[in-house]
Amino acid sequence: MSKSSQKQRWWNNAQYRSLFFQVVLVAMIVGFFCFIGTNTLANLEKRGISTGFGFLSLKAGFGILQSLIPYDESYSFGRTFLVGLLNTLLVSALGIFFATIIGFTVGVARLSNNWLISKLAGVYVEMFRNIPLLLQMFFWYFAVLRTLPSPRQSWTAGEVAFLNIRGMYLPRPLFGDNFGFVVWTFVLAIVATVFIRRWAKKRQDETGQPFKLGRVAFGLIVGFPVLVFFALGSPLSWDIPKLQGFNFHGGMTVIPELTALVLALSVYTATFIAEAVRSGILAVNSGQTEAASALGLRKGKVLKLVVIPQAMRVIIPQLTSQYLNLVKNSSLATAIGYPDLVSVFAGTTLNQTGQAIEIIAMTMSVYLVISLTISGIMNWYNKKIMLVER
Amino acid sequence: MAVLITTPSPSLSPPASSVGVVGWLKQNLFSSPVNSIFTLAGLYLLYSVLPPLISWAFFQADWVGTTKEACTSNGACWVFVGVRLNQFIFGFYPQSEYWRVVLAFSMFAGLIGWLLIDRTPKKGLVGAFTVFCYPIIAYYLFYGGAFGLPVVETYKWGGLMLTLILASTGMFFSFPIGIILALGRRSSMPIAKLISVIFIEFWRGIPLITVLFMSSVMLPMFIPENMQIDKLLRAIIGIILFQSAYMAEIVRGGLQAIPRGQLEAAEALGLSYWKSMGFIILPQALKLVIPGIVNTFIGLFKDTTLVLIIGLFDLLAVVQAAFADPKWLGFSVEGYVFVASVYWVSCFSMSRYSQHLEKKLHTGHAR
Repeated sequence: MSKSSQKQRWWNNAQYRSLFFQVVLVAMIVGFFCFIGTNTLANLEKRGISTGFGFLSLKAGFGILQSLIPYDESYSFGRTFLVGLLNTLLVSALGIFFATIIGFTVGVARLSNNWLISKLAGVYVEMFRNIPLLLQMFFWYFAVLRTLPSPRQSWTAGEVAFLNIRGMYLPRPLFGDNFGFVVWTFVLAIVATVFIRRWAKKRQDETGQPFKLGRVAFGLIVGFPVLVFFALGSPLSWDIPKLQGFNFHGGMTVIPELTALVLALSVYTATFIAEAVRSGILAVNSGQTEAASALGLRKGKVLKLVVIPQAMRVIIPQLTSQYLNLVKNSSLATAIGYPDLVSVFAGTTLNQTGQAIEIIAMTMSVYLVISLTISGIMNWYNKKIMLVER
Repeated sequence: MAVLITTPSPSLSPPASSVGVVGWLKQNLFSSPVNSIFTLAGLYLLYSVLPPLISWAFFQADWVGTTKEACTSNGACWVFVGVRLNQFIFGFYPQSEYWRVVLAFSMFAGLIGWLLIDRTPKKGLVGAFTVFCYPIIAYYLFYGGAFGLPVVETYKWGGLMLTLILASTGMFFSFPIGIILALGRRSSMPIAKLISVIFIEFWRGIPLITVLFMSSVMLPMFIPENMQIDKLLRAIIGIILFQSAYMAEIVRGGLQAIPRGQLEAAEALGLSYWKSMGFIILPQALKLVIPGIVNTFIGLFKDTTLVLIIGLFDLLAVVQAAFADPKWLGFSVEGYVFVASVYWVSCFSMSRYSQHLEKKLHTGHAR
């Protein structure tokens, strides 16, 4: 066997080459960050802005339209961050809730064998998907909610809930002393259901005997707390909003900004969820349904045991990215003045303190953390329901 | 006496209720009681929404005139849109220079049309012209400052024109960056891979608004003091960084779909990394992801509306600003409907085009 006649030049060696490329890359990136770092420091010094997070403990001195925790002008900038964050989480949670409901309904309706219903669902999806979200938000806020009647001419549902230009007024629940027991029975019932489900699955695996979990779970989770609730003498009353002078007092107020934001976010995101649901259901091979029917399963069981579990595998990843989009899109709130994180913190707080770098960095990291958490949870779930292959 | 009939009696025609219009109705709209209820509810919805909408938008609408007084009927006042149409399209661009914008966009439309329509000759040459020469021509047409064209500062740009400029520049520059990032993410060099992953995940994890805020607030701090970056340019930089991360993920999807044998064959032929990527892998991968690219473009086109938050006057912002004109108060619905229809028509036709492409490119696997 002859020795390799030509000795390879070192610059033709793949390993050296990749090492060289990577060193150059790192040098370029370090150089880039040094460049902007020195510029930033020089610029900050020129403008007399001190760096650091000390500003978070300074007094904010501005009011915020809606806050889930106690807040007024005397609280600190750190508190404004928290208020904005909670408002963002609130609108995201509400948006995800409604978008999921509308999205699944429309997605299933689009596959309905009723021609009219499937066409209507198609029109809904095509219409709202192709119009920018910000435009929809403006439409709901400026063209619809800003033209509602004044408090005196409010629209009302049964004289307990009112809708007018200042917002939506809903009855507020007042929890009595013993209401905690009802909540505890509810939690207990859920825990018990989890255990019963485990036992039932084990029994079915061993003996083949199915267990009617649905009814038992319903009885436990709904029936039991209701029983406790009445046994304790209904420890719940409602604070109903009342018109006094020019405005409503009492009850719970949903500001129009929140309504417009949730409406636009859920209507827009629902179109994408509907498409995800539709593609998921269509992805299940029709042979699966036929095989299940051939085994003698009823239509409902076919859906529950065969179609939905398989469709979920396709739906979940797309659903995750839509949830992430919704959370990120909730930052559009700033355009209509809903006090979310971007509007309160990266807007007002930034204008008042001028600490651009710290504030933008904090805002971005919040969204990064939310994104990574949601995708982490969904990846875990996705792994759990993934096809187990040999 | 037995009678033997050898010809079969003709088959009976299907019952009248299962063919024709009645059959279709029965099968598709009234197949079960629940379905019938749904159908009736749907019909009622259509009845209560469509006629008033159509009469508002068309039959009772006012179309001609120059002032608010021309709007006397109950319907929509399209006069508002008509009077301000120039502003909606060109922003505050000087009227005497409109031809430059029109010329630039018609050239663009012509070039794109040439590239998209099948069976046009010399696609390579036209493509190279679009990529390398057209951006320079467009820059001088829009901005001026050479060939005797007066300079039009970017703060005068606005309306539909600005929307289109933002979307197409964002797309144009994010495409090559996205390809490089996608290749980096699949590279065997650990540091290159790490940097690409961090870049992609960072920009995909934050909302476009914070990116725009960052580019408008933080970017001026990152550069030496004596340098100035134009507001529009800052927004475009933000959009490009944001968009290239999404583009990278789309391209990566295409790269993953190419079987490994292709790369191995290219290597066996002695092609270098860049040659095997440029001649073997990317042409196949990019062809696969054209529908995905069109879809991201649709997303970007809709997202350009966000620039109004940092004070640029895109189509939506110009229309929104027009509502504040004291001579034309109370026509916001007409304005929003106009903007929505512009976006809807563009996005819907683009998405239809991408579906058509998907069908066309889906060759060989069809069973």
